[in-house]
Amino acid sequence: MAERERRLTASPTGAVFQARTRVMSADDVGRAIRRMAHEILERNSGADDLIVIGLQTGGVELARHLVDDLSEIEGREVPVGSLDATMHRDDFGLRPVMPEALTDIPGDPTGKVVVLVDDVLYTGRTVRAALDAIHAYGRPKAIQLAVMVDRGHRELPIRPDFVGKNLPTRHDELVDVHSDGVDLGDVS
Amino acid sequence: MSGAIRHLLSMADLDRDDIDRLLNLTESFAEVSERQIPKVPALRGKTIAWLFYEDSTRTRLSFETAAKRLSADTMNFSVGSSSVNKGESLRDTVETIAAMGVDGIVVRHRGAGAPHRITNWTDACVVNAGDGWHQHPTQSLLDIYTATRHLGSLEGRRVAIVGDIKHSRVARSNAIGFARMGADVTFVAPRTLLPASLEGWPVKVTHDLDEVIEDLDICYLLRMQRERQDDAVVPTLREFHEEYGLTTARADRLSPGSLIMHPGPMNRGVEISGEVADRPNAVITEQVTNGIAVRMAVLYLLLGSGLDLVEERTQVA
Repeated sequence: MAERERRLTASPTGAVFQARTRVMSADDVGRAIRRMAHEILERNSGADDLIVIGLQTGGVELARHLVDDLSEIEGREVPVGSLDATMHRDDFGLRPVMPEALTDIPGDPTGKVVVLVDDVLYTGRTVRAALDAIHAYGRPKAIQLAVMVDRGHRELPIRPDFVGKNLPTRHDELVDVHSDGVDLGDVS
Repeated sequence: MSGAIRHLLSMADLDRDDIDRLLNLTESFAEVSERQIPKVPALRGKTIAWLFYEDSTRTRLSFETAAKRLSADTMNFSVGSSSVNKGESLRDTVETIAAMGVDGIVVRHRGAGAPHRITNWTDACVVNAGDGWHQHPTQSLLDIYTATRHLGSLEGRRVAIVGDIKHSRVARSNAIGFARMGADVTFVAPRTLLPASLEGWPVKVTHDLDEVIEDLDICYLLRMQRERQDDAVVPTLREFHEEYGLTTARADRLSPGSLIMHPGPMNRGVEISGEVADRPNAVITEQVTNGIAVRMAVLYLLLGSGLDLVEERTQVA
């Protein structure tokens, strides 16, 4: 989400993302999701009390794929939702901040294990906002974090529990995650 | 109007894109109100002052709830028990409040144009919560939001605004607001309850509610201001009810799927029959609920969104 947000709001001039290196193919992404699904089930000894929540906007599609795999492996439906944490961000007054999409939390998360899903983990500020936001809906037993790409440069003490790929990057680069692959590139 | 909105004074200041943006934002804030803890820190550290020169319980409570759900601090300048009674001018009052460092002032005043004057005396964002017979923009926005939730696009929809048009800022705001959204607006009232001139207004006028009732998508009833009865604008309230009220018989003639709206507070038995106000297509309490989300959107857009920062293009991760 952090990636996408900066592309949308910090570039009113209409800067375009240009892919430079293909980091993961569509198959790589599919396999990483499959592995993370197994890791999540292993860590939580099954899918009891599990709620998967994608962070708007980049994590939502990923969360849906992850839940497809989880449901298939466990043979039952795992609830999936989405969360827009915009209103809990810490950079009000530093840049324009507008909510992007709707929040849909399936049921009361109190006592459940919430798995937050995002496409790219960067500074950790979006996740911090999401941790804040989720508590407005209830008090989960635990919150875990799954990301497709961890690109480093954390500014807060936040670490992911499940990672698709660790990818060293420079600050001025951008990571683009889709279900058909992951690209590393620049904004021009 | 351009990207950055500083004040909300009149529906005439908003173009269709502005209204659409506010409606989208309202959608996000409506969701906040459904949370177990319906509060977000978006306006933490901002202070909003209520400056109400006219009685208002509903609008003020609605704004107050909206501000609190956004974590803003609020202070109430209650005119009845303040220096205004000691003869302080509006300008001195505003400058005093501004000197205390407020970020927003929500004002209701009996003088049309008072909120606009206030913008000259302070750097704070000003929201018009009703000025005389002139404008009440947040009411119009919540009406448009409520209507679109039920009807989808308002393009080509037929709206009648019925009753005391002359003394109604709601009528003036909604005539502009609904017309901006592409609706076809008709004022329905006796001559004595219409303004002297409607030249330039995007509305049709009729004196016969029965003539239009079957074609309506929205029947919007205005409060009959009983306190104006001294002006003898209608012979009796009973006669007004028979001629211009939404009686049971008239409500039966509304097409299925059409909406009955009212800004409140209602005079049951005058502009609307008591039974009709409780029908499922009367969305009057929903208007009240939506008012909070709309006012959150307005306060957020003016005070919190930082849209005025677009030009600086600050880049923060």
